[in-house]
Amino acid sequence: MSTISVTVNGRTYQSDVEPRTLLVHYLREQLNLTGTHIGCDTSQCGACVVHINGQSVKSCTVLAVQADGAEITTIEGLAQNGQLHPLQEGFWEKHGLQCGYCTPGMIMSAYDLLQQNPNPTEDEIRHGLEGNLCRCTGYQNIVKAVQYAADKMNGSGNSPGE
Amino acid sequence: MTTVTKMVGQSLKRREDPKLITGKGNFLDDIKLQGMSHAAILRSPYAHAKINSIDTSKAKALPGVIAIFTGDDMMDINPLPCAWQAGRVQNNANTPRALSAGKALYAGDGIAMVVAENRYIARDALDLIEVDYEPLPVVVDAKKATEAGAPQLHENAPNNICMTWDCGHKDATDAAFSSAEVTVKEQIINQRLIPTPMETRGALARYDEATGEFTVWMTSQAPHVMRLLLTAFVFGIPETKLRCISPNVGGGFGQKIFCYADMAFTMWAARKLGRPVKFVEDRSENYRSSTHGRDHITDVEIAGTKDGTITGLRIETWANLGAYLSTIAPGIPTTLYGRIATGVYKIPAAYCKVHGVYTNTAMVDAYRGAGRPEASYLIERMVDRFAAEIGMDPAEVRRKNFIQPSDFPYDNGMGLLPYDSGNYEPALDRALAMVGYADFRNEQAEARKQGKYLGLGISSYVEICGVAPSAWIGLPGEGWGAGLWESANIRVHLTGQVVVTTGSLPHGQGVETTFAQIVADELGVPYESVLIEHSDTAGTPFGYGTYGSRSLAVGGTALYKSVAKVKEKAKKIAAHMLEANPADIEYADGKAYVKGSPDQAKTLGEIALQASVAYSLPEGVEPFLDETTYYDPPNCTFPFGTHIAIVEVDGATGMVAIKRYVGVDDVGNPINPLIIDGQLHGGIAQGIAQALYEHGVYDENGQLVSGTLMDYAVPNAAMLPNYELDRTVTPSPVNPMGVKGAGEAGTIGSAQAIMNAVIDALAPFGVKHLQMPATAERVWRAMQSH
Repeated sequence: MSTISVTVNGRTYQSDVEPRTLLVHYLREQLNLTGTHIGCDTSQCGACVVHINGQSVKSCTVLAVQADGAEITTIEGLAQNGQLHPLQEGFWEKHGLQCGYCTPGMIMSAYDLLQQNPNPTEDEIRHGLEGNLCRCTGYQNIVKAVQYAADKMNGSGNSPGE
Repeated sequence: MTTVTKMVGQSLKRREDPKLITGKGNFLDDIKLQGMSHAAILRSPYAHAKINSIDTSKAKALPGVIAIFTGDDMMDINPLPCAWQAGRVQNNANTPRALSAGKALYAGDGIAMVVAENRYIARDALDLIEVDYEPLPVVVDAKKATEAGAPQLHENAPNNICMTWDCGHKDATDAAFSSAEVTVKEQIINQRLIPTPMETRGALARYDEATGEFTVWMTSQAPHVMRLLLTAFVFGIPETKLRCISPNVGGGFGQKIFCYADMAFTMWAARKLGRPVKFVEDRSENYRSSTHGRDHITDVEIAGTKDGTITGLRIETWANLGAYLSTIAPGIPTTLYGRIATGVYKIPAAYCKVHGVYTNTAMVDAYRGAGRPEASYLIERMVDRFAAEIGMDPAEVRRKNFIQPSDFPYDNGMGLLPYDSGNYEPALDRALAMVGYADFRNEQAEARKQGKYLGLGISSYVEICGVAPSAWIGLPGEGWGAGLWESANIRVHLTGQVVVTTGSLPHGQGVETTFAQIVADELGVPYESVLIEHSDTAGTPFGYGTYGSRSLAVGGTALYKSVAKVKEKAKKIAAHMLEANPADIEYADGKAYVKGSPDQAKTLGEIALQASVAYSLPEGVEPFLDETTYYDPPNCTFPFGTHIAIVEVDGATGMVAIKRYVGVDDVGNPINPLIIDGQLHGGIAQGIAQALYEHGVYDENGQLVSGTLMDYAVPNAAMLPNYELDRTVTPSPVNPMGVKGAGEAGTIGSAQAIMNAVIDALAPFGVKHLQMPATAERVWRAMQSH
């Protein structure tokens, strides 16, 4: 067992983990943060995307011990004070989800995309989300959801959520 | 009460979403129980092998391992049932057991189960199990499996043939062909697809020794049916001893309809060990061991006149069923395929013969459209082939042969119930107008001069939705041997809040939102005051579940009828309260009043309170507003439409780029257009994916080459276009809301639009047909070979 210290959604945890524990299993099973999902075993689907120190990462491809000392944000940490993040709003408004299984990872990836490119074109959104798979929506409304969030975040002049 | 705004027809955002966008969903693997253990399954690496021995001693000694079981341990439960033995299956329905014993019939067949304290230990233990396999010859191709000398999977199925089925009129069809001016023949392959719901499948079983009751949380589209099959068929226990719960389900697409081994082995082990047992598939396990879709090899011929009238259609299909029969597998390539093979056309003579074949591959069952995409692909490709053969515009061939509005209800002669309603030409015309068809051919000719290969593909489709009528689908020999109705209960509580329970259940379809819209309008209560409960066999009436685009047309109509019953009872009670004759009472906007005196109305809330406290009710009227309907419709519904794709093929690489995708669909009266369009988008994405990307491939040894998401090309956002949608509205006469269903239409209408476009683009190379998926390599090779 190794002891790690991580700050997840603003709260610091000291945990004993097996060195081989994947970050996604640590989040889901030790911290009970089950909003981060697992959809594959080859790092293709992106259902497990979280932010480590502000960057989007597939948490199925990171060991929990590698996150020692890191600040992590999961889907549960995106809404602030009961206020949905514009991306969450966008997915709801634009019907950007159906079964909702890919949605947390999709939103977390889109967040990183908008951090890097606050005014993405449709093409840039599609390419920016290449690491996330959705089987329900055919992506068109996901693109609209991200556009909605970009507009809202630009209109308000700040980036709510963090 | 204020006047209620009409909800039906509005694009309401979904009430399902808040928990899903905040990470608060409750999917199977999110559930933890006290004392829960974790299962992992050892799966045969061989596609066909005798199992001489299994040594579990080393694995059992691993700390944290609770128990290890093999197929021999579970012989006290029965194999999983095949519930829909359509297609004239006779005495050779071979179904899987919880674990296979003695033999493995496909790579991925489960042969041993580890139960451990956590999933890591369970997986470690798998590596310590030693199995002595004796590999046997393998066959993966459905047509080859029927040939002399092919490896045999089951003693009771000579030549691996599970069933041979036909529909239509053989003699008339043969006659039509022998006298035809033009005939065109093709072998068309509808490749194997892997459904890939983003959440894999699994089960979590708990057994209560004191009561003898099981509770199973499962990734299921049909928990009531699973309860029936697992108790009455697999375990031989009373139905009441099992409660099935579908929590949030991360996509179904058919793969989650069926009764699976994991439901049985988690139950069996939970009872044996006295601890809850959870099993959740890895993605690669889901790929190897859960059901696949399609996999047809078809010889097809179309006959017609030189001026474009189709006179005959003759089909022979080898449908790969996999190593065993899955729950409803025989019905998919028969009832849901051959019977709709003539599509939107009046074809005077048609015949379809289907061989259902066992092979050393994962089971094949219903997947996203289930039979109907295979049928629509076939006829729409052949109509294009016919048009090319006679040199006629493919749009005009379609128009010339369409079933006309005056022909409905239309009997297609294939043993289906009559098509309910349709008006195919406006959808075609609208789609042609949207793509600018008149100008396209000039543009295409110009582009060809510059070495650019544009192609346009048309697909006019019809499909079978609202899959139900028990009198049809339940026919002995052809059908379930069971009904296929749907249920809905509605209760108005004394606070005026409305609680609906339904046998339908959503896993992305927005059933909670759509159903609440219907109740709000019909009952005249605020949308927010309507709660839709589902997915738990405790507390909901028996229902057949959500698949076959049936939730709205069947489940929704059950709800509609229950609301009508509540209104009738409310009127009686209101009449009593108003001291009026019940015949004089009207109900509108949530209020009951004497005709002409809406000022003296009683609100539904007041009536519900009166019905609930019940100190004064009319004679013979029971307390409480509580009504249930078990609705068995008189017919299916038949949505239709035209999809058109424009593609450009790169002459140097064979890459296909989609320039436009237009869909004009008719799903009957729309309830929530936002949700309908979303359903269509996703369906179209799957059709495009089949046409261009996806292929479940087995090698000759029966190894699934496309066994992970690294190898199986589920498209991402950059691989799909925008969909330009419009609709026509032809209400269904089958149900009072005039709805048809939208869950599968997109998939059923789309693959052939893309393929027809690709093949049109390749016309300068003399290409007449190309098998799916039209990968760059395949397209490039087609260009080189001419």
